[in-house]
Amino acid sequence: MDMKGGFIKNLPKIYGLYTGGFAVFILIMAIAEQAGVSAKNIGVMFVAFTVLIYAFIGYLSRTIQVDAYYVAGRQVPTVFNGMATAADWMSGASFVALAGGVYFGGYTYMAFLVGWTGGYVLVATLMAPYLRKFGCYTVPDFIGTRYGGNLVRACSVFVLFIASFTYVTAQINATGTIASRALGIPFELGVWVGLISILICSMLGGMRAVTWTQVAQYIVLIIAYLLPVFWISSKVGGGVFPHLMLGDEVARLGELEQQFGLVKNSAADMKAAGVPGGLKYISGSHSGVPEGGMAVWKYLSLAICMMVGTASLPHILMRYFTTPSVRAARKSVAWSLFFIFLLYSSAPMLATLSKLALMDPNLPTGIIGKSISEVQNIEWVKNWSSVKQVFIADFNGDGILQLNEWFMRGDVVVLATPEVAGLPFVISGLVFAGGMAAAMSTADGLVLAISNALSHDIYYKIIDPKADTAKRLLVARVLLVIIGAAGAYIASFRLTSILGSVAWAFDFAMSGLFFPLVLGVWWKRATRAGAIAGIMSGILSGLLYLLWVYPKFSVPIFGGVNTPFLGIDHLRFGLIGAPICLVVMIVVSLMTKEPDAATQKMVDDTRIPTGKAILGKQH
Amino acid sequence: MSNKDAYWAKTKNHMIVTLVLWAFFSLVIFMFGSELNTMSFLGYPLAYYMTAQGSLLAFVVMLFWTANKQEKIDEEHGFSEREED
Repeated sequence: MDMKGGFIKNLPKIYGLYTGGFAVFILIMAIAEQAGVSAKNIGVMFVAFTVLIYAFIGYLSRTIQVDAYYVAGRQVPTVFNGMATAADWMSGASFVALAGGVYFGGYTYMAFLVGWTGGYVLVATLMAPYLRKFGCYTVPDFIGTRYGGNLVRACSVFVLFIASFTYVTAQINATGTIASRALGIPFELGVWVGLISILICSMLGGMRAVTWTQVAQYIVLIIAYLLPVFWISSKVGGGVFPHLMLGDEVARLGELEQQFGLVKNSAADMKAAGVPGGLKYISGSHSGVPEGGMAVWKYLSLAICMMVGTASLPHILMRYFTTPSVRAARKSVAWSLFFIFLLYSSAPMLATLSKLALMDPNLPTGIIGKSISEVQNIEWVKNWSSVKQVFIADFNGDGILQLNEWFMRGDVVVLATPEVAGLPFVISGLVFAGGMAAAMSTADGLVLAISNALSHDIYYKIIDPKADTAKRLLVARVLLVIIGAAGAYIASFRLTSILGSVAWAFDFAMSGLFFPLVLGVWWKRATRAGAIAGIMSGILSGLLYLLWVYPKFSVPIFGGVNTPFLGIDHLRFGLIGAPICLVVMIVVSLMTKEPDAATQKMVDDTRIPTGKAILGKQH
Repeated sequence: MSNKDAYWAKTKNHMIVTLVLWAFFSLVIFMFGSELNTMSFLGYPLAYYMTAQGSLLAFVVMLFWTANKQEKIDEEHGFSEREED
């Protein structure tokens, strides 16, 4: 398949057919279920079929051209780039854990929703159009060219590596979890199956292949998320359009919280009852706003970190290098957010429906307030208890299930609600395929961001500037495999409990990259020395603060566990790194000689949409 | 002032306006979460609605608006790209 005008013009038709084909596949699976094919086999077929399609797209998109490999030939149309970015953005964790987060965290947790969407306003106004005009292949390519020199380039690769690698192990972990559950294989094997699927999609065609598989993955994941939400809503009487119609249900949850009481369990009680790790119970209000200045600050500080982090994450920014023009890059950010909005605005609705289904004693699905022996005999409770995803502890010994006695893993909200509401298993199979698509697409984007920075910025720009195209692309592919394998190797140890949160990637990126990128465009006076000092002081201060504040590290030289400064805990350490980066960068820039005329002209040209890009088409 | 400078001044203003709106929907309204939650919209408590859906929607609308406005600024100053997509 040659990526000429013909292919681009036919994209709506191609993906229309693909979507239709997927719908037919769902129907065939539904018929198969009626005909008695087992639930397990349906899950296997869903995952296998979709992964094979992605691999096929990856194979068709193979390339031997540098600009196709790095930036998909810069001809991805606005709307399709929006879908690809949405898939790139929404990780396996977003897909399976977001609704669970809202389910347990309520209003407070939803700072993540605002943070993970509001950041795109920063991307669109401060970054994307200018980076597109610049014509870079990678984010460090911009920093290295704007500020000039190998050292600043290497510093930005360092930040990119820390931020993206933190993120990618979590994604490969998610791929492994879903592959192992859907295919019924051990987790350790699932990780490698996931890795191979990821590499098949990206290795032969780089950014071009990742782009077209991500569009395909978006279509699968959005169908897999929305179909159950709408279906469950009509089934439990929430209305045909839950987003506009769940007001009464949210109010009803408030009443039920009053009725059952929001009780906090003591750690000792939970330990004595043997509650498995990672399982949670509802102890906070669903829609109520916690009182007090600190609660407000916690909400705002988390939102700020996620927004600024979004605008600094290289695997997202690089998606806007692939559009045909600056104008298209701007519009494409808007489309990205629209496609993200479709899923993110549905997560709270799913959480509401799922919570109501379990809590409302008037519904046939309700379990809270029923007798424990009765609940333990429900089919789905039995299934999920056996894999330690749900747990019951009768603290007060009355034989009745109280709200604080029901424990569940966050993922269960997405993975089990269809089953709870009595939807056919074909929907659960679809949800597996959606989760797999979400995890793979993000992992692909991240692995590519890291290996591209290493192959383009470190290998080609610093180590061997004379390398020919074939050698460059070979190095890029070898690095892709190495990075992927390293991520899978680490993921296979299941270190998630000490690796911490996906939020860290945002804090790292914001500490070291946000201000160097913004000031590179918006402040001509920013100098090389300022950028180097800013990047390094930002990332190192952020990292040190994390080591200082995160209880699980409790580094001895810092005197063990420390109380967060101004409520800035390990999820928010970017609020330390980024301001330090900004101040150091400004001070050092003003202390050094202003950039030469050529650099100033480069910045001027970056600001104007028309005219030649700063870096050539092939560089 | 040269055309380029005038263009950049307008672009900068537009950026500031966009970021003020952004700060309003992402930060300012959530400073008053408890107060807003006493009001309701579509039957949802208002602060809950904004964090679950309203602010997200505002960002989407804002991005289309801001891109269109910037295109107008491009055109006024002759920096509009001709493109075939």
